[in-house]
Amino acid sequence: MIASQLPVLLIVLPLMTAPLCVLLGGRRLAYLLALTVSACVFGISLALMARVLQSGPIHYDIGGWQPPYGIEYVVDYLSGFVMLFVSAIAAIVLAYAPRTVELEIPGSKHTLFYASYLLCLTGLLGMCITGDLFNVFVFLEISSLSSYAMISLARTRRAPLAALRYLILGTVGATFFLIGIGLVYQMTGTLNLDDIAHRLPREGGPRTILVAFAFMTIGLCIKMAVFPVHSWLPNAYTYAPSAVTAFIAATSTKVSVYIFIRLVYDIFTPEFAFDLLPLDSELTTLALVGIFVASTSAIYQSDVKRLLAYSSIAQIGYMLLGISMGTQEGLTAGIVHMFNHALIKGGLFMVVGCYALQLRSVQLEDWRGAGRTMPWTSMAWALGGLGLIGVPVTVGFVSKWLLLTTAVQTEHWAVAVLMLVSSLLAVVYIWRVVETLYFHEPSGRAARAKEAPLSMLVPTYVVIAATLLFGVWTTYSAGLAGRAAAALLGAGS
Amino acid sequence: MTGDLFIPPGLIMILGAWLLPFLGRRVQAWSVLVLSSLSLLAFGLTAADSYGQIEWLGIELVVARVDSLSRIFGVIFHLAAILSAIYALHVRDARQHVAALVYAGAAIGACCAGDLVTLFVYWELTALSSVFLIWASDNERAYRSGMRYLIIQVGSGVLLLSGIIVRYVATGSVEFVRFTPEGGAMDAAAMLILLAFGIKCAFPLLHNWLQDAYPEATPSGTVYLSGFTTKLAVYALARGFPGTELLIWVGCAMTLFPIVYAVIENDLRRVLAYSLNNQLGFMVVGIGIGTELAINGTAAHAFCHIIYKALLFMSMGAVLYRVGTVKATELGGLHKSMPWTTGFCMVGAGAISGFPLLSGFVSKSMILSAAGEQHLFWVWIVLLIASAGVMEHSGIKIPFFAFFAHDSGKRPKEAPPHMLVAMALAAGLCVLLGVAYPLLYRWLPYPADYHPYTAAHVVTQLQLLLFAALAFVFLMKTGLYPAEQRATNLDTDWVYRRAFPMLIHGGSVVFGGLDRGLRRAALGSLQAFLRGVRTLFSEHGLFGRAWSTGIMTFWATILLAFCLLLYYL
Repeated sequence: MIASQLPVLLIVLPLMTAPLCVLLGGRRLAYLLALTVSACVFGISLALMARVLQSGPIHYDIGGWQPPYGIEYVVDYLSGFVMLFVSAIAAIVLAYAPRTVELEIPGSKHTLFYASYLLCLTGLLGMCITGDLFNVFVFLEISSLSSYAMISLARTRRAPLAALRYLILGTVGATFFLIGIGLVYQMTGTLNLDDIAHRLPREGGPRTILVAFAFMTIGLCIKMAVFPVHSWLPNAYTYAPSAVTAFIAATSTKVSVYIFIRLVYDIFTPEFAFDLLPLDSELTTLALVGIFVASTSAIYQSDVKRLLAYSSIAQIGYMLLGISMGTQEGLTAGIVHMFNHALIKGGLFMVVGCYALQLRSVQLEDWRGAGRTMPWTSMAWALGGLGLIGVPVTVGFVSKWLLLTTAVQTEHWAVAVLMLVSSLLAVVYIWRVVETLYFHEPSGRAARAKEAPLSMLVPTYVVIAATLLFGVWTTYSAGLAGRAAAALLGAGS
Repeated sequence: MTGDLFIPPGLIMILGAWLLPFLGRRVQAWSVLVLSSLSLLAFGLTAADSYGQIEWLGIELVVARVDSLSRIFGVIFHLAAILSAIYALHVRDARQHVAALVYAGAAIGACCAGDLVTLFVYWELTALSSVFLIWASDNERAYRSGMRYLIIQVGSGVLLLSGIIVRYVATGSVEFVRFTPEGGAMDAAAMLILLAFGIKCAFPLLHNWLQDAYPEATPSGTVYLSGFTTKLAVYALARGFPGTELLIWVGCAMTLFPIVYAVIENDLRRVLAYSLNNQLGFMVVGIGIGTELAINGTAAHAFCHIIYKALLFMSMGAVLYRVGTVKATELGGLHKSMPWTTGFCMVGAGAISGFPLLSGFVSKSMILSAAGEQHLFWVWIVLLIASAGVMEHSGIKIPFFAFFAHDSGKRPKEAPPHMLVAMALAAGLCVLLGVAYPLLYRWLPYPADYHPYTAAHVVTQLQLLLFAALAFVFLMKTGLYPAEQRATNLDTDWVYRRAFPMLIHGGSVVFGGLDRGLRRAALGSLQAFLRGVRTLFSEHGLFGRAWSTGIMTFWATILLAFCLLLYYL
């Protein structure tokens, strides 16, 4: 009985617990509640994924209303995969969070923080699981609004401003997306994703479809932080509390990428987007320019959080490259890079949180020589950095291999070469930090610092270990991504 | 060790290395030795076969393949690791021990890699681990030099990866076998891979990282470095490109050009780095010839070379350790206080020059004979000249300027006992291999029916050596031999050094006025470019600073308009 209700539980559980966190009042209680729920949510995603693997996609009709009239939840390979890593990261980051939350968020706001965190998780999972286009927008707004709130909770005075800018841009993006939804609804009279895909007049249809497509893609581009509409991201990531950055950076943009994949491959189909329209070359260009601009910017940052934020913008570019190739291999690469990058960036931002706690600074110059006093944290940075560069035996290499193979297969030689060159830029900005940690005389703060507490190191190392594990064992990362890609392309044609 | 119970060669060392930081400082150095020896034991017990088939992204990987070619390289790498470990017993720096163990283990793993992906993994690992041996010198020069070294090594890795992917897409296979069919043309993948191997093998014009970085490492670090990286490349070439004619000429060039540099260089460890290059040339020629005898010669030469080159670097390292410098201008007369080191250095110098009864002779003559058998007259001549050159700069110059020559008045203590033991072992091996050469020949990839000690060989070699010695004496007496000067010799690496002006630090560069003007212009424009990049991308630059919401929204609108325009067209 309960097993058949799992899809809705996945959403309802965190959604209902969020107000409880505030209502119950106790900080400690709120934390334990949030932690338990996020662990349960992870368990549910795991169970759902297992069922999908066993017996194919799950369709769940909310309230027993048949689609296309009612709202439908769909768990297939792709959404199951994305939900799995989103909920995993959410649980691990929450396990890691309490020490940094205590430091970075005023005590009176802790319950609010845990509530927002759960709401954000709800929104992200909802975007993945729902099979209804308007519902996607609703969940998009839930996740966005709660992340604005979480960012503004930080003690720094610049955090609210960063949150506000994110809010304005995020709302512009969401509005674009909503306009697109409206136009699509006007054309097809339905909001069910499956139904839209069947009814949408693609070839030779009215231009309204083109406008709808343009609005939706650009709206999502803002949410994904694609260059040149990326500029909300660096500040938001920099001034947010460490735990928030780790969570959002690992999941939020990835879920937008997921929606983008759904939109392009499921609803509008690649034939429409890539053959009829030049979305592929447009995306490739934006992605490559974004990779180079963002990576170069990352090299010149003195704030490590901002450095990683720029690197995130660059990494989104790699996902888009994979998606825009239009082949199954390319899509696999794009999807698996979502997962891989979520692990790497989540892990690295968690490392930054450890330094922020012990050194009270995320300025690179204050990190000088911290390798001696905080060896484990520094080692985690080095390992995570290797993943970001794409060194073999890390997940980064899996992404790199798949992307390059696809680029060579589809004879995008220039893309392949540029991709290799850009990975050298990652070497530079990661190495700058490693060098500062290990090859400089300790700064005053670093000399006095102690190793980060185990409660933070253990979750960090779980994520970092996962970046190594899934670099070798690809059955459930690249394997699942491959099946998801195959399903998408099979359904699309 | 068959079936399920199998440890990939080198893995004991790579994984064991991470235990070292948890051990006491004294124990660390000994643990390196113990782990290396254990690894050799395990390797000896591993039967010739393919092991560790695993699936990765739908590709069948073969983690280890032990056959006759990988066997001999695996054994010599283990021996080099053990000798270097003895030599480094005084080091109390966990970084160096870990780096050295991982580096040696990775090289061993690489020469037993059955597929290209595994090879690439180890290939990158050697690069990443070895650079710490350079950085361990803990000075600015070493740091920058290490950085350049790393960039070039990573570049080699990038090329290798591209080649592997192109090959995988074209053929669907990542097996590490011969890339070019007999007499067939090279495809794009093979060229990329050859270039990657070439960088690591220090082909002419791709060689600078070697002379740049090796002399900057710590005394024991250089001993490690001299053993693995380039010989791994030799192995890879022998496996992938035997009989490629291009390699003969590349090899010839490699044997010749370093001689000039080696003769005029002042830093004796850099002289050895140049002569390392020259020795690699012999091996590359052997691979290019590609006959069974030539490949045997290459493997044998790599085997002997690693030992005597390590011995020479050890002796120079001992001098550096005791005196603090290895500049020829500041040394001399050290034989009075460092007699043992002097003696061992002479053995090494004799071996590299190819004196009969020492190891260099029995291996080098194989390559020379292989060239002769194929009637490659000019190649044979070039190799002969190069042999004389080796005698000049490594056989005579190194021991002469360090231990004899004009007395510098320095009276350092004899090298520490563990260094002497390491040197004695290496010297012993040089003699053993030179005398009991069938021991070596038994390990060669192909059945060897070769006799180095024929009258012709011995007489040719002795004549050569005598005339080289004569030339040296003559030049010294007449004052024609290039005086040792405190100068930095400019090699082709100024091209890329200049491309990274941040890494350059000016100094004693002698290259003429024209160059200076050019350099200033190029530096100026590069700096302007970098300044431009900086202003654009720094935290206050256009791309680095936070844009106002107005600008961001503006961009969103522009992008939307652009999209619509594209779609409408």
